[in-house]
Order: sequence, then structure tokens, then C-alpha cells
Amino acid sequence: MKSLEAKPQHNNVRSRSELKAFQQKMLGMLYRPLSPDWKSRKKTDEGISVVKIAEGLIKPNDRLTSFERLEIYNRCYWFRVLDSLYDDFPGLLALLGNRKFLKLITAYLIRYPSESFTLRNLGSRLESFLCEEPEYASPLQEIALDMVRFEWAQIIAFDEIAREPISPKDIQKRDPEKLRIGLQPYLALLELNHAVDRYLIAVKNQEFDGLRKEASNTSNAAPEGKNHRRRLSLPKRERVWLAVHRYDNMLYYKRLEPAAFTLLKELGKGTPLEMACGKAIKRDGSAKQKGVLKADAFQEKLQGWFAEWSSLRWLTLPSPKK
Amino acid sequence: MPANEFNGFTDYGIGIGLRVPHYRHILAEKPLVDWFEIISENFMVEGGRPLEVLDQILEQYRVVQHGVAMYFGSADRLNREHLKRLKRLVKRTKTPWLSDHLCWGSVDGRYTHDLLPMPYTFAAAKVTADRIRQARDYLEVPICVENVSSYAEYHASEMTEWEFLSEVVEAADCGILMDVNNIYVSSENHGFDPYEYLNNIPHHRVGQIHIAGHSKFEKYTLDTHDHPVLDPVWKMYAHLLKKTGPTATLLEWDDSIPSFEEVHREALKANLFHKAKTPAASSGATR
Ligand SMILES: [Fe+2]
Repeated sequence: MKSLEAKPQHNNVRSRSELKAFQQKMLGMLYRPLSPDWKSRKKTDEGISVVKIAEGLIKPNDRLTSFERLEIYNRCYWFRVLDSLYDDFPGLLALLGNRKFLKLITAYLIRYPSESFTLRNLGSRLESFLCEEPEYASPLQEIALDMVRFEWAQIIAFDEIAREPISPKDIQKRDPEKLRIGLQPYLALLELNHAVDRYLIAVKNQEFDGLRKEASNTSNAAPEGKNHRRRLSLPKRERVWLAVHRYDNMLYYKRLEPAAFTLLKELGKGTPLEMACGKAIKRDGSAKQKGVLKADAFQEKLQGWFAEWSSLRWLTLPSPKK
Repeated sequence: MPANEFNGFTDYGIGIGLRVPHYRHILAEKPLVDWFEIISENFMVEGGRPLEVLDQILEQYRVVQHGVAMYFGSADRLNREHLKRLKRLVKRTKTPWLSDHLCWGSVDGRYTHDLLPMPYTFAAAKVTADRIRQARDYLEVPICVENVSSYAEYHASEMTEWEFLSEVVEAADCGILMDVNNIYVSSENHGFDPYEYLNNIPHHRVGQIHIAGHSKFEKYTLDTHDHPVLDPVWKMYAHLLKKTGPTATLLEWDDSIPSFEEVHREALKANLFHKAKTPAASSGATR
């Protein structure tokens, strides 16, 4: 470490393995978080001079030092990935406020940098991260977790594969004891403890920017919190059973009755129709009166649900994996 | 070259980048555009609106794929999954050629989502050329590699950027997507003569040209793609065309995107330099 401090070591690239080592070193430099005023930090966590490391990699010119040239890339990296998460999680941003949101996503990206060719997947592990490090959302951990799950489900619903839907006729002909029904891969079923759906509508009403950002070559501006508007009241605490889906390529979310949610969840797991209905009926409050199951009422409900889900194209043949 | 093996022997004129804010206008008004360039990664998805729009565009326009995440210069092995998805898209669009950048951006499966400059060494050129060959063999479509703009030069480099580009494309036997604006930006940042660059590349390999706007800051010039093409870039473009002949040209405008008409008008200025070219490069696109 001392020798690194003493004089810059130039990095040769005369083989594939040296190229790899070179790229690993550069990547390590670009992944280093910026200072609060969006500058590159001059020391590593171990106290090594980044100025010296930069001098070993990059030539200075008449206007910029090696460190300053490296800094351009360090800043571009962070602005690009942070921007992407600002776009994908507007509800979480509104909930936590800019300062906390930025702290959370920065810590997230340090632990879980991108492992996908597309920024679309950048937030895929944010839910896990929030479970591991709930204090970043404190004291709104639970609401934040609901919001992250909800917003990630929208990313999936936007462009996940659609399979051929089945019609009610396909179901009628078959033995319900054995019949398995699949769900569209883009359909997410969420059991939430807060009305984050209504909250997000309020956020979007404040600022609607529904178009996903283009892949762009450069990004030189620090991401800005877009929440300098009036503070919304927090999502109400309530049980919400939510389906996030798309229809004619538009995103929607729809609240479900608990029994309908149970039924869909079971079908999605591969439970045969009859057994899934049995579990749903147990969940259905209105089907019980003085302890007696009102099978007819439930049957009617069931038919209504299937008609609706078919028209929404949610039902498919079971996934080949199951 | 109007038509060569690197652009699938096509004779495309002036195109523009297909961008989300213009979707509605294009689908409703069906403007005459010679061809659209799409960012491959935006359509390497399984379903939903992106593919629906793409299919509608494909019914009426010629589309060429331009990638931002192949990272030909990465030391990793090629990502098979990525290639598979890309090939699916190639089959969908029937792109006559495909382009991506002469850069790296990921290592050990970790991504920067940036187009990072290469160290210009013979070893790096060989790794890059091998990867381009492998990608082309798998995708079964000609490949043009694009020079990126850069803000740093490495001590490790053994040659100039244009020598490196030439070394790679000769070894890979592939085409060049010559981004004139990127050369200008890099020449400003590194203090070389952009015309020396333009004069010293294998011109017969140029399958496509990019033009774009940039921004000058106090200490460096940035490839921002957020306004019209500037004069020095038009001059370089004219110079390059003298070497290559009329070549498929694409205006990139990715930020602060104005109306479709404004972008298209700016792109069509390139026609002024295509005097030798037969009837209006802007005349409509159909299959
Ligand atoms: Fe370009």
C-alpha cells in the first residue's frame, strides 16, 4: 500500500488477463460513491490515494488532472444509475423524501451493483436490500417495503412476456379436480399492509411522467429529487390485496377481494382448480352466514371472477415449469 | 460506401433515432422517413408496449439496430443469454446490419451502463476483434463498430484511437459506424487533429455514420446529444463523405428531445452533403 502512495504504478494491457485486471480496477474506481457535493472522493476506504491510482491509469492533459478525468466517469456512472432509480421508484421517493431516498439507493447500489445489461433490472433487489437494512427507511420501513414491492411489480407488468390466454370455455370442459390454470407472467399479486396504490395515484397526479427513459449516451447532471411539492399524507394502514397487470399494453392495478386473491395465488402456485376454490371459499367472509356456507352465492361470485379475469386475459395454461 | 458488405449491401439515406416522445406522432402521422435506428436493448424485452410499437413501426419503416450494451471490448466471455435475446430481435427487425460500440462497460458480470474507452493496445484489439467475430457468427448479420467519445486517455495505450479502430476492424473484418461528433468531442478533449483521424481509417469499411450535437464545458467537451449538429461536425461530415461516398447517416438526439419535425429537419440537412446521391434520401420508406 505504501508503494501505491509513493508513485503511480502504470497498468499495462498486454494480454486478456491484464485487460481484465485493468477493467476491474477501473470499475472499482467508477463504483466508488461520490461525496455529498457530487465530487469524487480522494481516498479509498482503506486510505489509499485515489489521485495516485488515477495517475497510474489515466494521462492528464493541459486542462484536467488524471483524477479529474476519472471523476468525469465516476460522476457519470452515479448520475446514470441514480437517475434510473429515481425514474423507477417515484412513490418511494415521495414517501421518504429526497435525502433519505438518495441515501437508501446509494447504499443499495454499493451492495447490489447492476448485474444486468439493462437498467430496467436495476431495482430488482431493492426489496431484498430493504429487508436486510430496514433502517434506511426508518421510521417508514413497512410502508417503504410495500411501496417497493408495488413499484417493482409495475416494472414487471410493463414488459414481461404475455402468454396465450385461455377462455372460460377451456375451463368448462375440464375436470375441476385435475384442472390447473396458469397466470400471466406479467401479473403480480401483492398482499400489502398499506394503501400504497392510492398514495401513488396521488404522487402521479402531482407529477405525471409515465414514459420510461431512453437509453442515453451521457448523463452529466446530478439527479434531482422531484418532490419539492406539498407533502402528501402517508398511505393509510389497511390490508390491500392488489393485482398489478397490463391490458392493451397499459399498466393497471386493481384491488381484489381476499378470497379472489387467495384463489389467484393458489392457481398461480399450480393448485388444481377445485382445491384452489376450496381454499378461496374458506377465505370468503360473505359465503359464511351463521356458520353455514352459502355455496350458491359463492358459486355466483366465482363465475363473475372468472369471467372478469378471462376478459382481462389473466388466465393461461399452466406454466410449463410447474 | 453507399452499399457494402458491412451494411448488408443496402443503400439507406438519412435516418433518425426512434425515441419514445415521438411514438405517438410517428404512428399517427406516418411521416416519410428513410429509416429508423432503434436502441436494441430497449426492445430486448419479452412483451408489452415496446414490442407493440416496434411491430407497428416495422410494418411501415426500415429499422436498423444499434446496441449500447454489447461491450465488444470487455475482457469477459460473450454473454450467451444477451446474444440469444439480441438474435431474437434481429429476426424480428430483419436489420440489414447491426452496430454497437468500440468500448467496454462491464467486467465480471457487473455493469457500468457506460461506454468506456478502451486502452489502445494490441492485446485489447485482439480480444475485441475476437468478440466481434464471435458475435457476428452467432447473430448472422454484418456488424459495424462505433467509435465512442472519451474524456480520458490511458497510459497503457500503445497507439492512437484511429489506429486502434483500424486494427480492430481489420482483425475482425467488420464495418465501422463512424460517429463524426464523437471524433470531434474526443479531439477537443485530447488535443488531436480530427481530420487526421478521418483520413486514417479504412474508408471502405464505413457502413454507417452518426452525427449529433455536443456541449462545451470550461475544461472538457461532452457528447450530450441534446441539440443540433454544430458547424465543425458538419464540416467533418462533408470531409468524410468525400472519402466514403454517400453513406447511411443517422442523427442522434437523446436528451431535451424536440418535436419529431425538428429532429427530422435537422437530420435532413445531411442531404446537402449527399449531392452525388440519387433521388432524395428522405423519400419515404416502405416495404
Ligand atoms: Fe453515436
